[in-house]
Amino acid sequence: MSATGAGAAATPQYTKKDFESDQDVRWCPGCGDYAILSAVQKTMPDLGIPKENIVFISGIGCSSRFPYYMNTYGFHTIHGRAPAIATGLKVARPELKVFVVTGDGDGLSIGGNHMLHVLRRNVNLTILLFNNRIYGLTKGQYSPTSELGKVTKSTPMGSADRPVNPLSFALGCGATFVARTVDRDIKHMEEMLKRAAAHHGTAFVEILQNCNVYNNLAWNVLYDKESKILHELKLEHGKPLLFGPPDDRKTLVTEGLRPRVVSARDVPESARWVHDETNVNAAKLLAELFAPDFPVPIGVLSAVAAPVYEDVLLEQERRAISERGPGDIAKLLTSGDTWKIG
Amino acid sequence: MSETAVPVKAVAKPRKDLDRAVIRFAGDSGDGMQLTGEQFTTESAWAGNDVATLPNFPAEIRAPAGTLFGVSSFQLQFGSQRVYTPGDRLDCLVAMNPAALKVHLRDLKTGGLLIVNTAAFDKRNLEKAGYVGNPLDDPALGERYRLHKVDMTALTMEAIKDLPLNAKEKDRTKNFFALGLVSWIYTRPLEPTLDWIGKKFANSTAIADANTRVLKAGHAYGETAEIFSEHYAIEPAEMAPGVYRAMTGNQAIAWGLLAAAERSKLPIVYGAYPITPASGILEHLALYKRFRIRTIQAEDEIAAVTAAIGAAFGGAVGVTASSGPGIALKGEGIGLAVTAELPLVVFDIQRGGPSTGLPTKTEQADLMQALYGRNSESPVVVIAPASPGDCFYIAYEAVRIAAKYMVPVIVLSDGFLANGSEPWLIPDPSTLPPIDVQFRTEREGFFPYLRDPATLARPWVRPGTPGLEHRIGGIEKQDVTGDISYDPDNHDHMVRTRAEKVRRVAQEIPPTSINGPATGDLIVVGWGGTFGAITAAVERAQLDGKSVASVHLRHLNPLPPDLGHILREYRKVLVPEINSGQLVRVLRAEYLVDAVGFNRVRGLPLSTDEIYEAITQLTGSQV
Repeated sequence: MSATGAGAAATPQYTKKDFESDQDVRWCPGCGDYAILSAVQKTMPDLGIPKENIVFISGIGCSSRFPYYMNTYGFHTIHGRAPAIATGLKVARPELKVFVVTGDGDGLSIGGNHMLHVLRRNVNLTILLFNNRIYGLTKGQYSPTSELGKVTKSTPMGSADRPVNPLSFALGCGATFVARTVDRDIKHMEEMLKRAAAHHGTAFVEILQNCNVYNNLAWNVLYDKESKILHELKLEHGKPLLFGPPDDRKTLVTEGLRPRVVSARDVPESARWVHDETNVNAAKLLAELFAPDFPVPIGVLSAVAAPVYEDVLLEQERRAISERGPGDIAKLLTSGDTWKIG
Repeated sequence: MSETAVPVKAVAKPRKDLDRAVIRFAGDSGDGMQLTGEQFTTESAWAGNDVATLPNFPAEIRAPAGTLFGVSSFQLQFGSQRVYTPGDRLDCLVAMNPAALKVHLRDLKTGGLLIVNTAAFDKRNLEKAGYVGNPLDDPALGERYRLHKVDMTALTMEAIKDLPLNAKEKDRTKNFFALGLVSWIYTRPLEPTLDWIGKKFANSTAIADANTRVLKAGHAYGETAEIFSEHYAIEPAEMAPGVYRAMTGNQAIAWGLLAAAERSKLPIVYGAYPITPASGILEHLALYKRFRIRTIQAEDEIAAVTAAIGAAFGGAVGVTASSGPGIALKGEGIGLAVTAELPLVVFDIQRGGPSTGLPTKTEQADLMQALYGRNSESPVVVIAPASPGDCFYIAYEAVRIAAKYMVPVIVLSDGFLANGSEPWLIPDPSTLPPIDVQFRTEREGFFPYLRDPATLARPWVRPGTPGLEHRIGGIEKQDVTGDISYDPDNHDHMVRTRAEKVRRVAQEIPPTSINGPATGDLIVVGWGGTFGAITAAVERAQLDGKSVASVHLRHLNPLPPDLGHILREYRKVLVPEINSGQLVRVLRAEYLVDAVGFNRVRGLPLSTDEIYEAITQLTGSQV
C-alpha cells in the first residue's frame, strides 16, 4: 500500500538524516530508546512514503518523547490515549502513515482499554510498544509488565500483581500483526519495523527495551551472550522452530496442547513444528513461552488479514454518496414532515 | 359502551376557543406515552399552534409495570400565541393507570380535565401505586376535577376484536384511543397520525389497521359519548411566515453539524460513547454519512474526545458529546486541545447529578465544570442554546468559532432541550455565516505557534503538507516556535495568551437583545433551556406593569462585552438557574453587581409561575 495518494510525484530518496529533527534527544545516556530511534530513522527511507505523510503519535512516558525527535508530523499527547488519537486521525485522514509510540505503562496500564480497542478494530497503524518493565519517567515504580514480587520504590516488599504479557494481550484482542524484537538487535529491529509498517491493519510490535537507570538488564536473557544462544528463538515464516547452540539444537513439540522442548535430533525433519504466521492459535502458544523453561520467541508471531476499521467506514461513506448523492443541507431541512405558515 | 366501535355521526357539540392548553399524557413506561405525546405535538403543529414539549421518563428501559417510578409522561403546551414553555399546571391530565394518577394529579388545575383508563384500576395496580382504596370511587375527585372515567382497554379491544392480533398486541394500541379522544377534545387533525401509522406499519397491515381503528374509535368516542359536553379549539398562532418542522434539541445539534460540514467543506469526525441524554446526537449523525460525517462509537468517553482531537490534528472538524459524567472524564483531553490549540467542539447535554444522578432528568449544573472543570488554567469558549431549535445555530456557531480561533468550544445543552421539541422555522442555510477554513501551506516564515493578529489563532496545518512537518503536544510550548519550553516567563505569557484568545471571541458576539425596558427595577438574566420560562414570566410581570426586563445569554465565556453596562441599568438583578447558583457567581465576580439567584434543582425545567413569583418578590415594593 502506498500512502502517497494517486498521481503523487515519485517519493524522494531520503537518508536517515532526513528523519532526524533539530531537537536535542533527552533520554538518559545508555537508554535503549536511542537504538530504537536510530533504527526507526534508518528504516524510514525504505518505506517509500513522502515524509510529510508520516505521523508519529505518542502518549506519556520516556518512550513518548519519540515524536519530538522525528522530522515528520508528530503529536505528543496525553497518558495512554495515543491509540484513540491515532484512530481519530486515521478516520479523518486514512491516507497518512501513522505510528503510535508507547510504553508498557502508557499502552498497557493507563491506556490498556484503548490498546484493546484499537487492536480489535484493526485500524491501519503501526504500534511500537517499548517494554522495559518499569516506570522510568516517574523514577522507578513497577509497571504492568514487571514480574510478580518486583521490588521497586512503590513496592518495597515486592509487587503483588502478576504481569501482563503484551503479546498474549495483543493476540487476545484480535491483533492482526504481532511481533517482538529487541533493542540490542538492530538488524532484527529494522526488519520487524519494515514488516510492521507494511502491514495493512494494526501492527503491534513489542520492543524489549533496556532502562539502564531503573531496571537495568531486565532482558538480560537476550542480552547476555550465552543466555541468548540458549534461549533466543527467531521465528521465520515457513521455517521450523529451532534454537539453542549449533551443537545442541532444540525444537518444540506439543503434547496435546502443551508445548515441550526437545532435542531437534529426536524429531524427524518432516515432523518439526514449522512456523506459520497465519496460524493465530500457534501464535498464542508461542506468545506464552519464556525462559528459563522455554525459549524466548522473537520475530513475527502472527500476521493475518482482516477488515480495517477506517476502510469499512470510508467505504460506507462512499457507498452512501454514490447511492444517494452528497449531502445537501438545504434539501434535508425541508424533507419529511413540514408545514407552511403565512 | 360498545356502540363506540361503530362511529356514528353525532350532533355537533359546543366548541369553546382557548388561547392555550397544557396537557400531560401519563402512564406506565410500556404504555406508549412518549409516542402519544409526540403524535399529539405533530397534530398541534399541523393545526398551526406554537408548541413546547416536556418528555419525562424513567431511566429504566422497562421499569416494573404499574409502579410509581415506572411512570412515563409527556407534557406539552400549545397555543394561539407564542408558547415559551411546556407549561406549569395542567389543563388536562390523561392517566392510564393508578400510578400515573398518583404521581401527576397534584399538577392538575382545580377544575381541570382528568381522563383515566378505568381498566387499569384493578386491585394489583392500586396496590402497586400505594392506594388503599380506589381513588376513582372517592366523590371528592369528581368534585375537584372534571373527571372522565373511560374503560379504554375494553373500548380498544372491542374496536379491533376481529383483527388477527393477540391480546397483548391489541392492548398495546390503547394509547391511540387516548390520543384519538384527546385529539377530539382539542380539535386536532388526525391526518398526521394516520400518515404516521401508514408509514410506520407499512409492513404489517393488521397492526396499521388496529392503530387506525383505535385512534378513530377514541375520536368517535369523544364525539358521541354523552359525557364530553364540549370541546375546545385553539386558533393557529401568529407565527413568522415560512416553512416549519418539529425539531428536538438533539436533532438540531446533529443537523447544525451537518450544515457546518457542508459549509466548511471539511469532514466531521464525531467521537461519542453512548450516554443519556446525548446518545440521540450520535444516532442522528450516523444516518448522514453522505455529509462526510464520520461517527466513531468509542470505547469510552476519553477515547471519544481524544479521537476528535486526533481528527482535528488531521484537519477535520473534531466533535464529541456527552453528559456531565462523561464531560468529567473528557477533562484532560479538553486540556490537551487547549494547549495544542486545536479546534474541538464538545457538547454537554446536562442532566441531574452528581455521579449518575438523574440520567433522564434535566439540570443546568455543569456551567462551572465547563468553565473551570480542568486542571490548571484551561480556558475554553462556552456557549448555550436557548431552545431546541436554537441548538441548530449553536452547533454551527460552535464549529465556526472553534475553527476560526483554534480553540475548544463547549456547548451546554440539557436534557430538556435535547428531548423537547418546538415548531422550528426552517432557515435558508445560505444565510448562515461562512466557515472559511484556510489551512497553512506556505513554508516561508512558518512556525507552529505563529499567531493571527486578530484572533491569536495559530496556523492549522494538515499533515501531508510538504515542508511544514512539525511536532505539537501537551508539554508547554514556546510561543511562535512551538519548541518545548520550561521558561517561567514564557509559561506566564502562554497562560495569558490562551486566555486572551478566548476573550477575543467576544468579537463574535452580537449586541445583547433586551426583552423589556433598557433601564428599570429588575433585570432577569438567564442562560440555556430556561429561556422560555423566564421570558413568559417576565412578560407576565410586564403586563402587570412591573419595570422588568430580561436578557438570555448564549455566550457564557466570554460573556457579551455589553453585559456589564446593561446590568448596571437596573436596580436589581435576578438569575434563575437549575443549579445552586453558578451563573450568578460568575456575574457577581465579573461585574461586582449584587445579583441574586433563584435556584431549584428538581430535575425539571423551572416553571413560569415560580420565576414570576421570584420577580414579584423582588419588585413587590414598587408595584
